[in-house]
Amino acid sequence: MLQFILKRLGLALLVALTVSIISFSLLFLSGDPAAAIGGETATDQDIEAIRVLYGFDRPLPVQYWDWLSSALAGDLGESYYFKLPVATLIVDRLQITMLLGVCGITFALLTAVPLGVVAAIRPNSFIDRLALFLSVAGQAMPSFWFGLILIVVFAIQLGWLPPSGTASAAHFVMPTIVLGYYAMPAIMRLTRAGMLDVLSSDYIRTARAKGAPEGRVLFKHALRNAIIPVVSLAAVQMGFMLGGSIVVESIFALHGAGYLAWESIARNDLPTVQALILVFSLFYIIFTFLSDVLNAWLDPRMRAG
Amino acid sequence: MSDMTTDPLLAQITGPTPGQLLRRRIFGHQGLLIGAVVLALLVLVALFAPVLAPHDPYAQNLLERMQPPVFLGGTWNHPLGTDHLGRDYLSRLIYGARVSLLIGTIAALISGLIGTAMGVAAGYFGGRVDAVVTFLINVRLAMPVVLVALAVVAIMGGSLQVVIVVLGLLLWDRFAVVMRSSTLQVRGREYVAAARAVGCSTPRILLSEIMPNIVNNLIVVVTLEMAHAILLEAALSFLGLGVQPPTPSWGLMVSEGKNMMLFEPWMVLIPGAVLFVLVLAINLMGDGLRDVTAPENRS
Repeated sequence: MLQFILKRLGLALLVALTVSIISFSLLFLSGDPAAAIGGETATDQDIEAIRVLYGFDRPLPVQYWDWLSSALAGDLGESYYFKLPVATLIVDRLQITMLLGVCGITFALLTAVPLGVVAAIRPNSFIDRLALFLSVAGQAMPSFWFGLILIVVFAIQLGWLPPSGTASAAHFVMPTIVLGYYAMPAIMRLTRAGMLDVLSSDYIRTARAKGAPEGRVLFKHALRNAIIPVVSLAAVQMGFMLGGSIVVESIFALHGAGYLAWESIARNDLPTVQALILVFSLFYIIFTFLSDVLNAWLDPRMRAG
Repeated sequence: MSDMTTDPLLAQITGPTPGQLLRRRIFGHQGLLIGAVVLALLVLVALFAPVLAPHDPYAQNLLERMQPPVFLGGTWNHPLGTDHLGRDYLSRLIYGARVSLLIGTIAALISGLIGTAMGVAAGYFGGRVDAVVTFLINVRLAMPVVLVALAVVAIMGGSLQVVIVVLGLLLWDRFAVVMRSSTLQVRGREYVAAARAVGCSTPRILLSEIMPNIVNNLIVVVTLEMAHAILLEAALSFLGLGVQPPTPSWGLMVSEGKNMMLFEPWMVLIPGAVLFVLVLAINLMGDGLRDVTAPENRS
């Protein structure tokens, strides 16, 4: 088990390092970053001064090393636009995004798992067809459109929920639904497939044969085993959700990290963009690492892989 | 029912050919049929946009701004109304099909080439090649697609070409994953060993022994990634960092309609609904193709 964890940890670190190189090199995709900061009115002298000030005149590997080592020390540079340390900015904004992410995945699990279980117990029933329809429609639904429809119906027409902002719990209802709906189809399909698989296994037949009550068979014997892959999928989806939060936060004007990403991209604030790509990737890497470890712990067969 | 048809041996001889079976599965699959018909219609709309569109999608008419669609009391001159610049909504929707389908097709083609090459190489050669490809897939999955695509498009400037290339370069992960596992399943088969035994070159084995046997999986992933690319383009354009105005992109239309959403919700509902239908059709077709060609369905 320890060996498995160490191996996965090494891989995760290597992936993180590669992602850091990619997000660092993004700065130079635009050509001359100094000219970009200076803007259209800057003279050649200004640009040269900016270049020296920000250290763009040094060799790239040196700049990368400098960036990485200060990033590791928690210093992600200063935002061009907000004139604040990027790390402070991100930590500040991440709270909303994390809250939204946790609400979203909870919503997705609470709706998708029961639906998946019922669909598996009664294949081809009305519920099964409804679940299938919801998952097919969910995958085709543009999340920004879904969000706007919710605003039109529940905020404008019915006036039940506030359309944007973060002032109260009610403000999080629609964003949670939109973000959670994103992860629902995959979780539901996996729950249904897992349950169907487990329900046809020998130990379920044994449990039924020895006269165990149906509820006990379903929840104690079947769901427990079917849920293992769902747990790791949920962790991975949580990582994906951070990316989805950009769209959701911009629709509902939640000033979280996703909104920050959109703002800083629109304003050409590259240090913030770089740092956000790195932070979002790290979250994904941590979540997948945790899901691997969790999986190996729950299911010893996985440790060999 | 005579004795002849119940005789299993005879039924085997006179039974339907694999091609007939395949056709029977295709025409027996509702989702696949619906998806294919809707997609075909939308492709036709995109191809014949200049003939079908009642107006020039770029022509502004500030005297006829924000006219409602016919079913909300508008006139037949603009069946789906006009936008905030007085451009005909139906014509912009029709031309928007071109943008979505073009982006979906070419982005899926680019990512398909990259992902298939990587996946097949990893599956066939194994060892170090496999380790490198698996690592690259991990790196790619760790990068937030929306964020990276937004950033790169913002830096390179939003245009149709940039959006297509960026999406094409980002969406190869599923191709690589699926092609790798499909190749792994096929490479141990007798016909591959036979081809190797008679001295076929590696490229020839890959192209004429491996590829034809995994191409059904490839087609399924192509449809999924097409849908994915179309949705992403719409999201990027919606956020103002994808295809730029005045190009008629459905995502952009939703974004432009958003400001008028309070009074004219149809401006948001219509382009989003068309986008939903297109993606749904592609997904239904993809799911259907997987059901129809899945090996476990072959009796």
